[in-house]
Amino acid sequence: MAEAQNIPVGSTTAGSIAVAAESTVATRMSAPPSFDVADFPVPHGREEEWRFTPLERLGGLHDGTAVATGTGIKVDIDAPEGVTVETVGRDDARLGKAGTPVDRVAAQAYSSFEQATVVTVPKETQLAEPIRIAVHGEGGTAFGHQVVELGAFAEAVVVIDHTGDAVLAANVDYVLGDGAKLTVVLVQDWDDKAVHIAQHNALVGRDASFKSVVVTFGGDVVRLHPRVSYAGTGGEAELFGLYFTDKGQHQEHRLLVDHNKPHCKSNAVYKGALQGDDAHAVWIGDVLIRAVAEGTDTYEMNRNLVLTDGARVDSVPNLEIETGEIAGAGHASATGRFDDEQLFYLMARGIPEAEARRLVVRGFFAELVQQIGLPDVEERLLAKIDAELEASVLEASA
Amino acid sequence: MATLEIRDLHVSVEADNATKEILKGVDLTVKQGETHAIMGPNGSGKSTLAYSLAGHPKYTITSGTVTLDGEDVLEMSVDERARAGVFLAMQYPVEIPGVSVSNFLRTSATAIRGEAPKLRTWVKEVKEAMERLNMDPAFAERNVNEGFSGGEKKRHEILQLELLKPKIAVLDETDSGLDVDALRIVSEGVNRVRESGEVGTLLITHYTRILRYIKPDHVHVFANGRIVESGGPELADKLENEGYEAYTTKGGVTA
Repeated sequence: MAEAQNIPVGSTTAGSIAVAAESTVATRMSAPPSFDVADFPVPHGREEEWRFTPLERLGGLHDGTAVATGTGIKVDIDAPEGVTVETVGRDDARLGKAGTPVDRVAAQAYSSFEQATVVTVPKETQLAEPIRIAVHGEGGTAFGHQVVELGAFAEAVVVIDHTGDAVLAANVDYVLGDGAKLTVVLVQDWDDKAVHIAQHNALVGRDASFKSVVVTFGGDVVRLHPRVSYAGTGGEAELFGLYFTDKGQHQEHRLLVDHNKPHCKSNAVYKGALQGDDAHAVWIGDVLIRAVAEGTDTYEMNRNLVLTDGARVDSVPNLEIETGEIAGAGHASATGRFDDEQLFYLMARGIPEAEARRLVVRGFFAELVQQIGLPDVEERLLAKIDAELEASVLEASA
Repeated sequence: MATLEIRDLHVSVEADNATKEILKGVDLTVKQGETHAIMGPNGSGKSTLAYSLAGHPKYTITSGTVTLDGEDVLEMSVDERARAGVFLAMQYPVEIPGVSVSNFLRTSATAIRGEAPKLRTWVKEVKEAMERLNMDPAFAERNVNEGFSGGEKKRHEILQLELLKPKIAVLDETDSGLDVDALRIVSEGVNRVRESGEVGTLLITHYTRILRYIKPDHVHVFANGRIVESGGPELADKLENEGYEAYTTKGGVTA
């Protein structure tokens, strides 16, 4: 896309396409994946995977000083009939199947949680209503682990809402059986002080479809690792994300799609708007096409709209291709300021400046929301965006 | 009766770190019910006049005045000008991704009219206006100007003209890029608004073609940043036959 004009000072938009026999996505991490926190050195901030993150604001999640408090977090699960919800111990065999922690905080969460929640949708079950998981922070520190498992040909929508105030590190596994269809809507609507670091691993079965919609509005620091790998051929993953980064907030989304099986598809679209001093958004989009993954079709895009001075975006798409026998692979990243011509057009129709700005930002997000393909989710998101825009001033001129 | 008065208007733009004067003293009075055609070669400053009246930030007014019924237009922000009754139909309407035509039209009508139009009458009003312009109802659900053909963009501009009912309508090269059918439909739309007698029209064009459909009361030749000749409709006939050559050689056209 040729829209990277007007890149503001204080933003980086870098991308690379590497054709290599060895994966640098894997090797540039400072330690290999592990379930044990002891396998990761305490990060000092200059490591590739930590260089954008404000370590001093993580509530000690990265250096072992964070200790779980009794009333850290409240989890309510509202599941329709046919769904099994279990609370299990650390030794349950279903935990950790979809992926391994890739950094110290994820490993800390895995090493520290006491009980996990396993939500199971039996094979060939189609849910009429979504499974709702409400995670409410009660001011403490918590380590979590959740598993959502769909049997073969099951279809489900899971909505996970994060509200309140907490220091939370978590791992979430999504395991999709053959031909299963899972949509996850993950909303970070935290209060201002919350710290939320999580790794989400999706393991997509043969001919299964995984759709993820990540919505990050709140919190002081939110750092998410949405990761996808495939358990068989013919799998599809669609990763949508939108974030609205306000003054002082740090919102970081680090995607990885590991095309480790042939004939799978992936499409990632993340869009963010930023406003206010020290608003910082980070988007890392790693796509790895392994030598075995012939017939892969993948695309990833990140767009950022910088509404005021003082905000910073780091957007880094990486595509690594170990085989030439693919259907398609592409990436795009663009960070731009507010388009003054759009503003002029709307104002020339009598619409006051603040309202015109809201319309443009709403439109910027609506374009993404329209692609989700689930009317009630779309409606809910647009209402949420409207509320966020209503609360924002958006007066400051870019 | 609404009157737009432009007096000795000088406008410059910043380009390549230099200030360049585009308008060099424009004088023009447009009254409600009148239609003025402004004709001139490319680069003469016609579009600069249009955008300056609407308040585009790219253009700096260095001297002169513009008033609407005595009110200082140049002091107004872009949206205030629109609410005061100045409408600019743009040559290159801007795409607004994710904003539907219906949402845009209603937001705009609400701003211009000072209150939200009643939903039932509004839906009917828009539907009828779209029918008159041969626009498919599905058009309302598309995003503003996104993927529109040249003809669709211009019809959408005229749709807004019909719905917003300005006092002064500035039509910037509305005819450019239209085939004969689209030109006729768009011109009929402009004529419906003119027939109300409540709008003063400033029709900016390079070609005489549109004047077969929209009959001006006054024709002005624009060259080198100012009006160099004014007359009645017969002046358009003269331009049709002789072109702009007589004006460009003595005027010194800026490319």
